[in-house]
Amino acid sequence: MKKLMNDSRYVVEEMVEGYVKAHPDLIKQLPENDRALVTAKETREGKVGVLIGGGSGHEPGFLGYVGEGMADGVAVGNIFASPSPDPILEVTKAIDKGAGVVYLYGNYAGDVMNFGMAAEMADLEEDIEVGMALATDDVASAPKEEKEKRRGIAGEFFIFKATGAAADFGYNLEDVVRVAKKANENTRSMGVGLTPCSLPQTGEPSFEIGDDEMEIGLGHHGEPGVEKGPLQSADEVTERLVNDILEDIEINSGDKVAVLVNGLGSTSRMELYTMFRKVEQMLSELGIEIYRSYVGDYITSLEMGGASITLMKLDDELIKTIDHPVNCPMFVQK
Amino acid sequence: MQLTAKELKAYYKEIVSMVEEQKDYLCELDRKIGDGDHGVTMSIGWQAVNEKLDNELVAEEDCAKVSIMVGKTFLSAVGSSVGPLYATGFMRGAKAVKGKTVIEDKDLAEFWIAFARGIKERGQAEVGDKTMVDTLEPFANELEAKFAESGEFLPAFTDAVAAAKAGMESTKELVSKRGRSSRLGDRSIGAQDPGATSAYMILATFLNFVQAKTEQAI
Repeated sequence: MKKLMNDSRYVVEEMVEGYVKAHPDLIKQLPENDRALVTAKETREGKVGVLIGGGSGHEPGFLGYVGEGMADGVAVGNIFASPSPDPILEVTKAIDKGAGVVYLYGNYAGDVMNFGMAAEMADLEEDIEVGMALATDDVASAPKEEKEKRRGIAGEFFIFKATGAAADFGYNLEDVVRVAKKANENTRSMGVGLTPCSLPQTGEPSFEIGDDEMEIGLGHHGEPGVEKGPLQSADEVTERLVNDILEDIEINSGDKVAVLVNGLGSTSRMELYTMFRKVEQMLSELGIEIYRSYVGDYITSLEMGGASITLMKLDDELIKTIDHPVNCPMFVQK
Repeated sequence: MQLTAKELKAYYKEIVSMVEEQKDYLCELDRKIGDGDHGVTMSIGWQAVNEKLDNELVAEEDCAKVSIMVGKTFLSAVGSSVGPLYATGFMRGAKAVKGKTVIEDKDLAEFWIAFARGIKERGQAEVGDKTMVDTLEPFANELEAKFAESGEFLPAFTDAVAAAKAGMESTKELVSKRGRSSRLGDRSIGAQDPGATSAYMILATFLNFVQAKTEQAI
């Protein structure tokens, strides 16, 4: 393992410190908890607070998406591990402006427990109303009949985007949660893993794979996928991923979608745009309109090799949210 | 048998050392079915506990307060899924020995039963899901039954730890139904669950600790 790091025990602390110092005009660390970050520009009175969070190692997820038009605050966990309730609660207190707070996170056992405990504390101890929406976009993580068991992967980006916009429009908590859930309902992702990442503390690869192999449906933390096989061409892999998504969600000719081709950390833009090319060909053959596209590293897994494709089916309301401008340290949309 | 807060703290120190020794093994188990960090996570949590034991908790004589602090510190340091699970275990255990500076046989039995059942309640898993509950549920049932028969903690706990071990080993043959490893399906068969393993180690460390204490007394 080769990494530019100091003591492996402090990688998260040192990243957060650097991040806050790099963007003092945009991000503020709460004095109560080092892992609790909020927008430097105070959340508006009466606006629903949007709180995101999850493990570290997915940058720009999740701390990169705090800013105008997106999240108001983030709770930062250890590498690939949910944050504890403490930073979640501190962020909740800081961004509640009388309209309540919505928690957005991926459907992982740890996140469900920690965010759930924090929401209970916010209600009991602070009298802050909390709404929750979970991302379950990873088609490979469970069959369609058990959709509620699915994990959240790169599609979380679309859910943050839509929900952040809804809160910015001045929607009340109930409506913000409704939009978050609608965004999730309409979002599907499929990924492929090529090379593992290694955790700074162990230095061991997160999964085993041959030099000439790929793994379809590999999880964002190296959890094994649905199928391991010989590496195929970009077009073949893209076709497989898009077809798996289209089998799972009904998207018809004339429908509009937002597309995200997401790199997992060490996959080049050349590869990602090559994949996007094929996505565009397939969708245009089907008469599906690509309303907006995002290509790049949006939610990663340290230096893992591979990519995922996400489609979000859009209606008029989701179009409005996807068009909304954003100004975050790691993501700007004008 | 009697245990003072000082001894309880000494036991928590034993967990700290045990986790450091077993850290790599727990990561190795986790790499087979998860993201390979269970040992690291346990180490982060118990190192944080160790710091509390060396500072704030030095003068604490209330067994419940010691255990509450252990749970809260562990949770705060790790988050993850093991954070809420073990934290709930130690905090429920603490509730069973509320206000006590010395805990006796009955308290100990209640502490460990509350520990095991608290974790089960928090995680909502059942026996057979390939989780900590496969270790903890047979453990709690055995402890409850044997302690009801004899009223003696050590023999009942000894049998309960044997049941815990069998439960832990049973996870090798199980298909994972909870947590990240559940997406493995049949591929999870053959690998022993890391959470079930660390739960067993925590219990076995307590057994060693009280056995050593009893031998010293003789």
